[in-house]
Amino acid sequence: MTKVVDRKPLSFYERTYVPALWEGLKVTARHFKRSVQGHNTAKELGEGYYPEVPWRVSEGYRGAPYLVRDQDGHTKCVSCQLCEFVCPPKAIRITPPGPDGPPADRPNAEKMPREFEINMLRCIFCGLCQEVCPEEAIFLEDHYSLTGLTREEMVFDKERLLKLGGVHAGTQKWKNKLEEAAAQESFPVATH
Amino acid sequence: MFETLFSDPTVQFIAFSTVKILVVFGVVMTFVAYAVLVERKVSAFIQDRVGPNRTAPPFVMKIPVIGPFLVRCGIFQPMADGLKFILKEDFTPDYVRKVYFWLAPAIAVIPAFLTLAVIPFGSQLSAGPGAQKMVIADLNVGILYTFGIVSLGVYGIVLAGWSSNSKYPFLGGIRSSAQMISYELAMGMSVVAVFLVVGDLNLGKIVRFQAEHGWMILYQPVAFLLFLVSAFAETNRLPFDMPESESELVGGYHTEYSSMKFALFFLGEYANMIASSAMMVTLFLGGWSLPFLGEPAGSLWGGLLHLGIFVAKMLVMLVVFIWVRWMLPRFRYDQLMDLGWRRFIPLALANIVVTALVLALVDGWGKGT
Repeated sequence: MTKVVDRKPLSFYERTYVPALWEGLKVTARHFKRSVQGHNTAKELGEGYYPEVPWRVSEGYRGAPYLVRDQDGHTKCVSCQLCEFVCPPKAIRITPPGPDGPPADRPNAEKMPREFEINMLRCIFCGLCQEVCPEEAIFLEDHYSLTGLTREEMVFDKERLLKLGGVHAGTQKWKNKLEEAAAQESFPVATH
Repeated sequence: MFETLFSDPTVQFIAFSTVKILVVFGVVMTFVAYAVLVERKVSAFIQDRVGPNRTAPPFVMKIPVIGPFLVRCGIFQPMADGLKFILKEDFTPDYVRKVYFWLAPAIAVIPAFLTLAVIPFGSQLSAGPGAQKMVIADLNVGILYTFGIVSLGVYGIVLAGWSSNSKYPFLGGIRSSAQMISYELAMGMSVVAVFLVVGDLNLGKIVRFQAEHGWMILYQPVAFLLFLVSAFAETNRLPFDMPESESELVGGYHTEYSSMKFALFFLGEYANMIASSAMMVTLFLGGWSLPFLGEPAGSLWGGLLHLGIFVAKMLVMLVVFIWVRWMLPRFRYDQLMDLGWRRFIPLALANIVVTALVLALVDGWGKGT
């Protein structure tokens, strides 16, 4: 059911802008008076002002993208490079391990990146990398205040990304896969 | 020898004029700096924020009570801003038309200061034949001079928009040329009615008339309203900041400017605000006079009191400028032109005709009859 908004034609007095101006002045004057008396939004939220009390972001905020470890502390990323391909500003650069690179530190992954760099100066925080990642290894977390003194400093390498990203135990895609795979070797198949 | 030199009226004139120019320039520059602070504070308060409250030179916070209070008011913020503008990189893009690009900020800021020359900001500081009028140039064509200079102000903006050689500044420049020329008409015509009543173009005499007969806003409320709104348009203040419109033109005519060149535009805008506030006070709000303080001052203290009254009235008008900015959204461009051409100019013309008729019919009202 559409609601029909009744738009009454404005009277001459209303069309002179005068009542609108007057009401506007009243609203702004009221806020001004409140502020002079010492009220403001920061105070009403009861937390204090920004540099001392950092702003708390709400859930789902798209901050800086970081790599996460799984519940056992292993690198989740398998160097598939999908995020590198999808990244619109080309902020991500992955160096794959190659044929003779170090093996993945996770038992059921074939490889992990030799190097994983995100240039935070290029990143636009769109979240496509998080969306595209099949391993759920990269997440936009709640960091919003990224500063550095040089451009080089703002290219975050793998170590740093993993350290900042922390453990993301929420999604445990591979947790029981090893046991399941082992169980499939025996016959008859055990059912859980 | 010094005595004889100083008794020469030409030398006296030059000496007094120099002092007056320096004082007015210094005071206006200070006002500009602090108008920016007031703007930021008022906007913050209207939006339930705090505004600048941290800038502090070393050791100020050590002063008990007063120090932290001044810092909370943001008193030191303009100094920090000025320092920042001076130290910033002055970047000139490769693709601009260099000569005009460098010329435009100066052309934008100079008219704003030139207008102040004819404003009578006080009566006089002492009685007697040697008393100096508190106006830099006591021109008999005061208001014509003002309008001539004010219309030069648009060239700074148009030149800036054109010489930047990129899209947004260009659009801003085009808008400003159309807007400022349209509203200049309405502004000029609104003032004609005032001169019909007073019968003189000299701003000092207009103030004297108001001191004797009451403020002009009582005789010419419509003219005041037209002048006020046109002044908003002429100084590019919201709701008429079409040339700038940050949200659609990325800053408009000053998009390509940085550092001190940008600061000059900024300075010009606030100097313009001060000049038009001063003009409104002079034309409509009685200048330096109050209803019971109409006589030109006979002593130093009286003269200073008149200066204070003028400055106080001007500050009230400045706060109105700032207040309105944080209340009204920007007009659409066609609405702006519509208001200027189809509402204000006919209204101003009607006001002139009605004033002239009333003056012709009512004998003895005003000096013109």
